[in-house]
Amino acid sequence: MAELLKVEGLETHFQTREGVIHAVNGVSFNLKEGETLGIVGESGCGKSVSMMSMLRLIPSPPGKVVAGKALFEGNDLLTMNDEQIRNIRGAKISVVFQDPMTSFNPVLTIGDQVAEPYRVHHKAGKKEALDRAVKYLELVGIPNARERLSDYPHQFSGGMRQRAMIAMGLICEPQILIADEPTTALDVTIQAQIIELVKRLRDELGMAIIWITHDLGIIAGLADRVNVMYGGHIIETAPVKDIYKNPQHPYTIGLLGSLPRMDETEYRRLTSIDGLPPILLEKPSYCPFEPRCRYAKERCRKENPGLKQVEGDGHFTACWVNPKTGKEY
Amino acid sequence: MTEKQVLLKVENLYKHFPIKKGIIFSRQTGAVHAVDGISFNIYNGETLGLVGESGCGKSTTGRTILQLYRPTSGSVFFEGDDLAKLKGENLRRKRRDLQMIFQDPYASLNPRMTVGQIIGEPMEIHGTYKGAAQTKRVQDLLQLVGLNGAFANRYPHEFSGGQRQRIGVARALALEPKLIVCDEPISALDVSIQAQVVNLLEDLQSTLGLTYLFIAHDLSMVRHISDRIAVMYLGIIVELADRNELYANPRHPYTQALLSAVPYPDPFVEEKRKRIILEGDVPSPVNPPSGCRFRTRCQYAKEICAEEKPAFREISKDHFVACHFDISGQQSAS
Ligand SMILES: Nc1ncnc2c1ncn2[C@@H]1O[C@H](COP(=O)(O)OP(=O)(O)OP(=O)(O)O)[C@@H](O)[C@H]1O
Ligand SMILES: Nc1ncnc2c1ncn2[C@@H]1O[C@H](COP(=O)(O)OP(=O)(O)OP(=O)(O)O)[C@@H](O)[C@H]1O
Ligand code: SF4
Ligand code: SF4
Ligand SMILES: [Mg+2]
Ligand SMILES: [Mg+2]
Repeated sequence: MAELLKVEGLETHFQTREGVIHAVNGVSFNLKEGETLGIVGESGCGKSVSMMSMLRLIPSPPGKVVAGKALFEGNDLLTMNDEQIRNIRGAKISVVFQDPMTSFNPVLTIGDQVAEPYRVHHKAGKKEALDRAVKYLELVGIPNARERLSDYPHQFSGGMRQRAMIAMGLICEPQILIADEPTTALDVTIQAQIIELVKRLRDELGMAIIWITHDLGIIAGLADRVNVMYGGHIIETAPVKDIYKNPQHPYTIGLLGSLPRMDETEYRRLTSIDGLPPILLEKPSYCPFEPRCRYAKERCRKENPGLKQVEGDGHFTACWVNPKTGKEY
Repeated sequence: MTEKQVLLKVENLYKHFPIKKGIIFSRQTGAVHAVDGISFNIYNGETLGLVGESGCGKSTTGRTILQLYRPTSGSVFFEGDDLAKLKGENLRRKRRDLQMIFQDPYASLNPRMTVGQIIGEPMEIHGTYKGAAQTKRVQDLLQLVGLNGAFANRYPHEFSGGQRQRIGVARALALEPKLIVCDEPISALDVSIQAQVVNLLEDLQSTLGLTYLFIAHDLSMVRHISDRIAVMYLGIIVELADRNELYANPRHPYTQALLSAVPYPDPFVEEKRKRIILEGDVPSPVNPPSGCRFRTRCQYAKEICAEEKPAFREISKDHFVACHFDISGQQSAS
């Protein structure tokens, strides 16, 4: 399949009172047509900021994308003019955010908001755009969609708002849907509804998806490929089955070990990762996971390992040490 | 557990929150049926898990047991006394034995108090430790939860979420309680930190002989930590069983759907799973459906389900279900 998106060496900084936060430190990845990419990692590791940087949605100041390229169909999103990026955002690439309460405007109706991207990008009239909104609201399972066009966001339940957000993200049939923790605030039964829905739409519309989450369970059933992030870096990337069956980075190994599993019959003490994620006031010239890593060696404090290929096809990790042997590669 | 001893017995517990209209002459126009007639035991030394979707009444159950909310009706027997009937000094003395850990490690600690004051406060109120003895006890508690004793002089904002949750645990332990209600103690924490707190709770349970009521959304974590699990839906308990029994042999259609919705961190398993997808949302607790509460979303619902409340019956030893039928459903674990 053809490459749709190619991100190279993305770096983003935030100016804060404490100094410059190095939120994203050289993120590179590709996305193919129709592919689902999962991005996992704990709070603050740079998942949202890397996506927002790519789409030029970083509040500036304090934020600034200081390096990198993001080629979409060969054109760099970071250097194109404002009109060009506006034509892509919301139409060819759309984003669904974590919290639909803050992403919907409380004083506008659901119908007008869901229809908005279509009205803008297809220069459609109000009636045509609303008809299209009905179609997409029905698609995401809002009953009596036409009657509910004039509802305001507070009249929808959390799960319904999230589904309406997805309808809005899909109304222009994007080539890429970026979903930033869209189910984190929802109950598991509603989460399951939404994930089934997204899978079905993906297969019907053939779009690519970037799904951001800290839940390794969701990714297991949804993604083709997974990027694990830590401290503003991608520290491991592999096809989904390889990440779970054969994790290579000590952080990924730790994360998977810290999850209880529902199919375990014997009690097992969870392996915890001691310590805390880093606050990056400098670009790390060392491995960012070093303070928490049980495999750390002298070299890890001095040099930051880049991604390199290990094991199978498309499996890359950023670590000096082979965790199986405990020795440097 | 060899001989199971009942530590806490909840009988027909109700908690309704009145809905009032009008500013000057306010009158009650309805009530939120947050907890609507539940009964269960908690045995000494065990962990009872309480799961269910947002708004089903888990926190209200925990708070009503501790008498932070007074029940609308029903009883909570703790070591023979009905807490719902105790008042004043008698209640205050009993309350020492029952503590709570809250969900939000950011909101639940007073930002203007030092960690030492936060942990010392319950001892101050109950007059159990004073002066130097209290300072010493605070140090010991900090060490017990894996924090440096020197942290006593710092303020909550100087700590991470996981550390704050440890401070909350230390405070809950200050009066040497017997039962701790843990209300989503790890939900606000990162995955890599959750395991730290869960391991701590497990260690404390085995060294201090604590009993937990563990409230959570995360069904895989509840399974990990609990001995038995109660599933709540719209104010009532629909199923209660030993944890292995519940996950291997769920008998209530809601439990089946809930378990089936949980994603597994394993692509090989996920590939083969078939999910029960529930339609719609949870109905309002102001006007819960007649008969069986789950009938509006239940694929097995029949006429009787709208007419009669299903009894909470013991279908096999220690396995309770509130459903008119005997539905063994698909197993959710593969
Ligand atoms: N507006 C801002 N000002 C200053 N720093 C910011 C700002 N937005 C993000 N950051 C910093 O950038 C880093 C990356 O944040 P990001 O939002 O990408 O994390 P994330 O991985 O999406 O986490 P979460 O799971 O909590 O959403 C964090 O250290 C964060 O504090
Ligand atoms: N103090 C209160 N006054 C009025 N209604 C309340 C109060 N506390 C809770 N409720 C209502 O009672 C019901 C049960 O709430 P509760 O907080 O017990 O649910 P929960 O199961 O703990 O949910 P969550 O998983 O979201 O924490 C909800 O409908 C809630 O809105
Ligand atoms: S590079 Fe060193 S410190 Fe970093 S993860 Fe690998 S072993 Fe650990
Ligand atoms: S009583 Fe009826 S509606 Fe309720 S769970 Fe059983 S079959 Fe479903
Ligand atoms: Mg984020
Ligand atoms: Mg609650």
